[in-house]
Amino acid sequence: MITTANSLDITSIRNDFPILNEIVNGKQLVYFDNAATTQKPRLVLDALSGYYEHYNANIHRGIHHLAEKATGAFEESRRRLQKFINAPLSEEVIFTYGTTDSINLVAQTYGRRFLKKGDEIIISTMEHHSNIVPWQMLCEEKGCILKVIPINDDGELLMDEFEKMLSERTKFVSVVHVSNALGTINPIKEIIAKAHAVGAKVMIDGAQASSHLAIDVQDLDCDFYGLSLHKIYGPTGMGILFGKKELLDAMPPYRGGGEMIKEVTFAKTTYNELPYKFEAGTPNIADVVAAKFALDYVDNLGKENIAGHENDLLEYGTQALKEIEGLRIIGNAREKVSVISFVIDGIHHQDIGVLLDQQGIAVRTGHHCTQPLMQRFGITGTTRASFAVYNSIEEVDLLIKGLHKVKKMLG
Amino acid sequence: MTINEAQDELIEDFDLFDEWESKYEYIIDLGKQLPDLDEKYKTDANIIKGCQSLVWLHAYMDGELLKFEADSNAIIVKGLVNMLVKVLSGHTPEEIAKADVYFMDKVGLHQHLAQTRSNGLASMLKQMKAYGVAYQARPEVQK
Repeated sequence: MITTANSLDITSIRNDFPILNEIVNGKQLVYFDNAATTQKPRLVLDALSGYYEHYNANIHRGIHHLAEKATGAFEESRRRLQKFINAPLSEEVIFTYGTTDSINLVAQTYGRRFLKKGDEIIISTMEHHSNIVPWQMLCEEKGCILKVIPINDDGELLMDEFEKMLSERTKFVSVVHVSNALGTINPIKEIIAKAHAVGAKVMIDGAQASSHLAIDVQDLDCDFYGLSLHKIYGPTGMGILFGKKELLDAMPPYRGGGEMIKEVTFAKTTYNELPYKFEAGTPNIADVVAAKFALDYVDNLGKENIAGHENDLLEYGTQALKEIEGLRIIGNAREKVSVISFVIDGIHHQDIGVLLDQQGIAVRTGHHCTQPLMQRFGITGTTRASFAVYNSIEEVDLLIKGLHKVKKMLG
Repeated sequence: MTINEAQDELIEDFDLFDEWESKYEYIIDLGKQLPDLDEKYKTDANIIKGCQSLVWLHAYMDGELLKFEADSNAIIVKGLVNMLVKVLSGHTPEEIAKADVYFMDKVGLHQHLAQTRSNGLASMLKQMKAYGVAYQARPEVQK
């Protein structure tokens, strides 16, 4: 039995994830691409097939048994997510395709309605493309100005530079809670308070944070928060947007269609109330229903316990990687989650990825959809190992051994 | 040697390898053997962009034959690029345009051709064949 300091039974946890038994290139899979997506525990898979086997129906309008059952499960998931992020109201939880969709929703509705020429939008150097491009599109359309918070060499935001940027022209701030490429945990509570002090609204990209950190949108006082379930051991293709009710009420709908209407005539259509105003069309019912089980799984283990184990892996992995000659870790923030990005002198990251894959080890290589961040560090990409609750110290050892082999082969 | 003879020779070489290590060591060696492309040919027009690594492809006519020189900034891709050059370079445009490139499949490297977004190798093969078609259609370019 592999146990950890905080007594999570990792062997038993690994048994909950059938995919970890896969054989890749003749070796047992070592999955270190968790920042891209996490694997799903058996109870989530069972919830998905259970929905299709027993109560698949379109929701909200049907009056038959299956429709009522599906609607009940769908709305229960919404309340479960409300609890997960401690939102005051369940209608403040909008189902989306994921974080990217959540950010686009805010840019295309709040942004287009309330931002105007000359208004300033602040993002940071470490944003994922999904928290850059929607704002660039908005700036192009409305004539807003995009400003970027710089970072230091360890991959931490320069907060004094951020403060200097803030003025009465600042109307919106959208920053990432945890960097997908570096693992940096940003001081978002401070960012939110400072942005609010000049009257700006704040969106937080929580895609990478939500599986590692407790999220409390009331404590943070953020205006919007987006996350993706597939990064929290849940299904792909669904996420949420949290928004404060008064803002969501003031925002126009995003997509037109069924579900989002109150009444339609050819002369005029009136829109449904929250949250349905933003949920046009048949939603991703099965994945929403299964999402609840992923959150139950996480909360049963306890986010603090998960973070404790992941931090053990992070510390152990960081020390071991640092001993490899020519290896440099990109992102050494004091506050970071279990993500290690690195480069090795004279070796292209793609070669590292291909040769680790031959050894059954899945890592991510490339720019991680953060090209401006890579440019900041003067590199084109990194190799990234990211750990989840089911990973073990023994697997980290396999990565180290694998990297020594890569170096020998390419040396 | 015809295109297919060159492919069959590569397939025979790979038959000797039981272990992934020896297979990839061979590809890495092929990468090291391929001379770096002259900087003057590393132009934007000759670049084939993958999501992660870059490939440069320079094509020119030598008499009746279409020849290729190529390079990559990742060594395994460069080895694979060398294999494509070995197979296709120095044949007539018509032969290149019509070639059925099957060796990648046979030696178990098809995943590298499938990774279109990450290494640009599939785009390179397509581009080599496009040169074949272009030089066939415009023989005057040969001069």
